[in-house]
Amino acid sequence: MLSKIVRTVANQLILFILIFGLYVIAHGHLTPGGGFQGGAVIVSGVVMLLVAFSSQELKKSLRERLLSITESTGALIFSILAFAGIGTVFFYNFLVGTPIFGRIPATGPGPGNIWTGGFIPLMNLAVGLKVVAGLSAVVLAMALFSSGEEIEE
Amino acid sequence: MMEYIPLNFPFLAAALLVGISFYILIFKRNLIKLIMGIGMLASGVNLFLVALGYRAGGNAPIYTDVPEGPMVLPVPQALTLTSIVINVAVLALMLTMVILIYRHTGSLDSEKSRKMKG
Amino acid sequence: MRQVIGLIVLLVVIAFLVSGMLPPIMHDFGYPPSDMDDYIIENAQEETGSNNVVTSVVFDYRALDTYGEATILFTAVTGVLLLLRTVKRKEESS
Repeated sequence: MLSKIVRTVANQLILFILIFGLYVIAHGHLTPGGGFQGGAVIVSGVVMLLVAFSSQELKKSLRERLLSITESTGALIFSILAFAGIGTVFFYNFLVGTPIFGRIPATGPGPGNIWTGGFIPLMNLAVGLKVVAGLSAVVLAMALFSSGEEIEE
Repeated sequence: MMEYIPLNFPFLAAALLVGISFYILIFKRNLIKLIMGIGMLASGVNLFLVALGYRAGGNAPIYTDVPEGPMVLPVPQALTLTSIVINVAVLALMLTMVILIYRHTGSLDSEKSRKMKG
Repeated sequence: MRQVIGLIVLLVVIAFLVSGMLPPIMHDFGYPPSDMDDYIIENAQEETGSNNVVTSVVFDYRALDTYGEATILFTAVTGVLLLLRTVKRKEESS
């Protein structure tokens, strides 16, 4: 565990990193970004918390069951969206035209609308959940294995 | 002046990265240096993929507030995204095995953990 | 002996790579031959409805590759968490 200044600054900075990561995930169909890139941003914030606080402290907040359920939820939402348009083809974009996410933007350069894109924003969210939960679990497991020897499973 | 770049410099840079990575993989014995060499190989291949799809004087392939002109090809950038994620997965597994080898044999030399025992 | 063979292999590989990046084999930098990408740039806004052409290629035109990549990520995370377990066995003394 590092000094008090580092811990206080890490506590304040994690909020901004989380909001920026969620912005990159949510606007994947308008600006450069998407599911994988936004997930990597949020995981870098978790690694900053791991360095500021020791891995024993972080194990009390990020339990293993929560990370496992989140990752499986992301994979399940991705598979359900893939099979929902099975009437035409396997990954058919069935939300184009419907009023939920399916407006069509004006052809050519111009500002975009967030209610466009078919099922692309939902798939961005599913992939983002999967990347955050998976890579956080990997980093936490490596830190716990190298430092503490007397942890029982 | 920006439209014609002689001698294909980005392709030669990617070939240089792959060549240095081959030198590391043949001549070095430390396990961490071998893993760094494999990461450098991945970077060289990703640079080559992105440099294949450049159009002279082109803009990013996004329609939100884009200036006039042609667009670069979007398909090699999509393939590079997949390649980066796969390299992260392989690198995580390699680092885990190095941690376990260090726990069992106590040294990071690749010549000491070559012979099968028992 | 091993050093000499390694040096010969390295020189052959570097010669092969550099000779493949020069003009008769590789196209000029900045003028790629492309037909598929022209179709995708023209029609991505009407068919998928998103402004970002790269995201529509990753998640709509080539969604099966992204499905396989998500599976690879899942398998790698499972493999790492399986190898790094610290299980303390309670020894029974009889």
